[in-house]
Amino acid sequence: MQTATARRSTEQVVPLRHPGTWLATAIVLLIVGLALYSVATNPAFQWGVVAQYMFNGQVLTGLRRTLELTLAAMVIGLVLGTVLALLRLSRNPLLSTVSWIYIWFFRSVPTLVQLIFWYNFGALYSKISLGIPFGPTLFSANTNVMITPLFAALAGLGLSQSAYTAEVIRAGILSVPLGQTRAASALGMRRMMIFRRIILPQAMKVVIPPVSNEVISMVKNTSLVSVIALAELLYTTQLIYSRTYQTIPLLIVASLWYLIIVSILSLGQHFLERKFRHR
Amino acid sequence: MQDILKIRGLTKSYGHKVILSGIDIDVPAGSVMCIIGPSGSGKSTLLSCINHLESIDSGRVWVAGELVGYRERNGRLFELPEREVARMRQNVGMVFQQFNLFPHMTALQNIIEAPIRVKRVRPPEARKRAFALLERVGLADRHEAFPAQLSGGQQQRVAIARALAMDPQLMLFDEPTSALDPELVGEVLTVMKDLARSGMTMVVVTHELGFAREVGDAITFMDAGAVVERGDPRAVLSAPKERRTRDFLSRVL
Repeated sequence: MQTATARRSTEQVVPLRHPGTWLATAIVLLIVGLALYSVATNPAFQWGVVAQYMFNGQVLTGLRRTLELTLAAMVIGLVLGTVLALLRLSRNPLLSTVSWIYIWFFRSVPTLVQLIFWYNFGALYSKISLGIPFGPTLFSANTNVMITPLFAALAGLGLSQSAYTAEVIRAGILSVPLGQTRAASALGMRRMMIFRRIILPQAMKVVIPPVSNEVISMVKNTSLVSVIALAELLYTTQLIYSRTYQTIPLLIVASLWYLIIVSILSLGQHFLERKFRHR
Repeated sequence: MQDILKIRGLTKSYGHKVILSGIDIDVPAGSVMCIIGPSGSGKSTLLSCINHLESIDSGRVWVAGELVGYRERNGRLFELPEREVARMRQNVGMVFQQFNLFPHMTALQNIIEAPIRVKRVRPPEARKRAFALLERVGLADRHEAFPAQLSGGQQQRVAIARALAMDPQLMLFDEPTSALDPELVGEVLTVMKDLARSGMTMVVVTHELGFAREVGDAITFMDAGAVVERGDPRAVLSAPKERRTRDFLSRVL
């Protein structure tokens, strides 16, 4: 050990210095410091009001609604997205075309428009009935009663999400080499089992990072639902500041909660990715 | 002796490109058939037709007396439903050039997956058998390793154990040593020789002429989708009758 150290010290190796990096670091630190100072000291931010509303019961209810919407829309997106991905990969040209058109349509129309559209579905079909085509009607209801803001929100968010998720899952499935299917078939496994046991677990590794991104986007996309008067986190704070005129601090409350949720989700993503990374 | 594998008039083409034209092959129980030939001669496609990973255009393939992939009625072939094909495949083990182990499973899990899921063997029994097979291919101590942690030779030996775990009557090897570094070829061939000696019926597509000479009971030389020459490996390899066989051997040796 000592001899190695001694030998090393006989030679002097001077690494290249990077004075530019040091200068840039100093400038960035200065700007960040100034920004933080200004945010902390500017009374217009009204940090007292932020603290007052951070754990307000109404805000927490809105937060819960945001989380519920995220979860429900993602479940719809994942389940429907998997089905769409399988249809898209089907050998049957009709099935794969239908899936392609669905994905094309729901990715092209802005989610905000879709939400408003679903909310006003009653203008297109005033009655929704369930029955045998050209036969007896089993069930019928007024559209405006059936399509609540919650229903419109889930349809708008879930259906457009499924279009994105479908493409991600399709890419995941295609990333698994054909040899895997051949090997599993040669062992006597059948298509559904091969998909479940061999293809899907391997596709997961490819699918998890983009789907985690989609979940994070969804947390924030749920705020679009405020336009159809569904009291999620953003709309709740809007309701409060329309009464108290404390616009900025309440928007900060909402932003802080979005930051917290997304931070927790990012941590979850990190662990999930580690779990599915094979040696 | 009963033929485990019998092929008659097997024809297969992709579009206008003929891959196999009128192949006849017999492999008696317990014997080793080696198939050699230049790349693109249809050897691998022929293997895939034996367990119906590829469909055929005409002809018949029988494994252990059972017609593979089709039901014959009034002289016409009707493709069997997936369930029937899958059942038949349990009887035919296959080893691939690229190993194709399941990367998300350990060596042990790779081996017990199909016995448990397909054959409904109870997990403790399947594990016991898997350990015996790993012992046989010399990898008992690596049962917890994932494929990426194993060398190519070790992966291929696990793949052989995985195929054997289904207790097949016939084993197909599709260039099992072609993707291996030269120093790893020997360990896989040793396992295959041991398997041949134990009486397993094997069809081996290979470029290892030494293996064919030593272990093969018969050899088939294929070129351009047809059988050119066949016979005793020692005879065919040392004194080929056909010019195309001679040309091929002179290029390989």
